[in-house]
Amino acid sequence: MKILVAIKQVPDTATQVKISGDPKAIETSGITWIISPYDEFAVEEALRIKEKRGQGDVVAVSLGPDRVKEALRSALAMGADRAVHVNDPALAGADTLLTARALAAVVKQESPALVICGRQAIDDDMGAVGAQLAELLGWPCASWIMEETVDADAKTVRVGRQVEGGLEVFDLPLPAVLSAQKGLNEPRYPTLKGIMGAKKKEIKDVKAADLALGDAAPQLTVTTLEALPPRPPGRIIQGEVKDAVKELVRALREDAKVI
Amino acid sequence: MAAMDFALTEQQQWIRKEVAALARSFPPEYWLERDRTATYPWEFVRAFGQAGWLGMIVPEAYGGSGLGVTEAALMLHEICAAGAGTTGCSPVHFYCFPPMPVIKHGAEALKQKYLPRVASGEIVMSFGVTEPNAGTDTSRIQTFARRDGDRFVVNGRKVWNTNARQATHILLLARTEPRDAHPGKPFRGMTLFFTEFDRARITVQEIEKLGRAAVDSNEIFIDGLEVPAENVVGEVGQGFYHLLDSLNPERVFTGIEAVGIGRAALARAVDYARERVVFDRPIGKNQAIAHPLAAAWARLEAAEMMCLKAAWLFDQGQPCGAESNAAKFLAAEAGFEACDAALQTHGGYGYAKEFHVERLWREVRLYKIAPVSQQMVLNHLSEHVLGLPRSY
Ligand SMILES: Cc1cc2nc3c(=O)[nH]c(=O)nc-3n(C[C@H](O)[C@H](O)[C@H](O)COP(=O)(O)OP(=O)(O)OC[C@H]3O[C@@H](n4cnc5c(N)ncnc54)[C@H](O)[C@@H]3O)c2cc1C
Repeated sequence: MKILVAIKQVPDTATQVKISGDPKAIETSGITWIISPYDEFAVEEALRIKEKRGQGDVVAVSLGPDRVKEALRSALAMGADRAVHVNDPALAGADTLLTARALAAVVKQESPALVICGRQAIDDDMGAVGAQLAELLGWPCASWIMEETVDADAKTVRVGRQVEGGLEVFDLPLPAVLSAQKGLNEPRYPTLKGIMGAKKKEIKDVKAADLALGDAAPQLTVTTLEALPPRPPGRIIQGEVKDAVKELVRALREDAKVI
Repeated sequence: MAAMDFALTEQQQWIRKEVAALARSFPPEYWLERDRTATYPWEFVRAFGQAGWLGMIVPEAYGGSGLGVTEAALMLHEICAAGAGTTGCSPVHFYCFPPMPVIKHGAEALKQKYLPRVASGEIVMSFGVTEPNAGTDTSRIQTFARRDGDRFVVNGRKVWNTNARQATHILLLARTEPRDAHPGKPFRGMTLFFTEFDRARITVQEIEKLGRAAVDSNEIFIDGLEVPAENVVGEVGQGFYHLLDSLNPERVFTGIEAVGIGRAALARAVDYARERVVFDRPIGKNQAIAHPLAAAWARLEAAEMMCLKAAWLFDQGQPCGAESNAAKFLAAEAGFEACDAALQTHGGYGYAKEFHVERLWREVRLYKIAPVSQQMVLNHLSEHVLGLPRSY
């Protein structure tokens, strides 16, 4: 069974994001890049499916500039078998739909039985690519999954999604697209052997032309990034506890209007 | 002409990154708890075993990864820089150093028998050289291995035997001939053994100590320990020399561990200096706070560079005695100074366990004493680098 995992490289969660001189972008110097955590769940789940079945092929795919190779190599070190890197300056400003179109083209070339991605990337939090990809392929899609079981013949997959107060269980025919929610699994750390072996695994470079994307103009363009206004300073209420409590209640009711 | 190159290879950078990620998944509270309860960090060691890190220097033919001293040093540094201190790095260190003489000088059968289980983490080792009457002056060890047919029978006493409470195996140096058997050659007549830690024949008594309560150091009493002759590492009578060429890597390892611990303390101090407000200003605004931290950073950088140079020389097969000794000397100082500055930065809270710096400060002090004292390093440099007469 072939499984394709779509991953995005994002700034480390510890990064203090700054808007760059060009207000349409963030300052990227000094950023540590990681695989988006939800996508790590996706990689882990694909590897577990392969391990459980005793055979299979896990292909990691990512779209982005040269630095993205590092994220793909991490996926290879975790255990993915091959990687595809869609690396083309023409796609530098890709929006979610264009990204999904590029991924759909890769999926058509690779024809996996299953595509797994994260529920959203933790940088722009759009959360659209998985569903758009399924739509473009005409495949069923289950988002934010917490568990999955592929049946023995790899014909269907049963997934569980957490909803308010319970678990919603679906059966989907394969091929299908799934997006991973936190809790699906605990991603492994790459082993030393995995790291050393990753160097020898293939990362295929793909250009927009190889994917026959035609018009590669994004429909969503960033107009500007604005920093949040600084938080107003807190207020410390002084005085006797008895009076301070009264003042606190008054301030919450009349100034902040929260009670 | 482009020979001078300080860059790490892509693989080395990666090792650093992944070790850091794994080590940092164990929070400071985990280490505080190990120290408070004096419990061995098994969860940590197992995590490193599962991910294959313990087999780093074991050759690929025996199930390891066959990497060099540089890579092992980078790993130990990241473990320490993650805040794990000696408590975290010592157990891993023991997979880097004691196996080395076995890899280098062991017979094929010995390597096949033990190295795969070292690489997997199944074997836990201790290392027995130091004795109550022979610390710095190794030639005076008294533990004796008497040949008896196809085996040796060992009697004696070792002190500071780290890891003995957990060990399944021991790398043991013992005399097989008296010290005066070869006049003028006091280091001949010692033999190195790699053998099972037979608890029926070895009694372990723990030493309470300043730091690293979780990883035991012990006095051990060896009474009639039987060691098959095939467990001799290298040649009988040449044990000290077989050990010698692994001592430089050990200096590099311990040096870079001290640097890592210094880094962990420095990072805490910098955060604290930024946040702690006294006299209406963050204390880090005072140069009396900032400068010692900046100086600590500079010293750590320099010491790390020396460690990596020595490691690189070793991996290139070049002599590295002077560099390894200098590295351990500079690193032990830099690590301690960084922890001390970090403790001072924290004021009274530096003295509180909850702030984690006092633990690092206690732990890092070790590196000025072991595995070789600062004085003995300077003796080495005076004699072998500067050519001054030997003073003792
Ligand atoms: C926590 C811990 C763990 C250890 N783990 C191990 C282990 O696993 N295995 C093992 O074999 N050993 C271990 N050691 C032992 C360590 O290697 C020795 O403590 C160290 O080599 C010093 O020996 P000593 O303590 O006997 O000091 P001594 O030899 O008694 O020396 C005492 C002091 O005198 C100084 N001195 C002696 N001679 C001279 C001279 N000529 N010139 C200047 N100064 C001199 C020394 O530098 C030292 O400061 C450990 C020690 C500690 C503290």
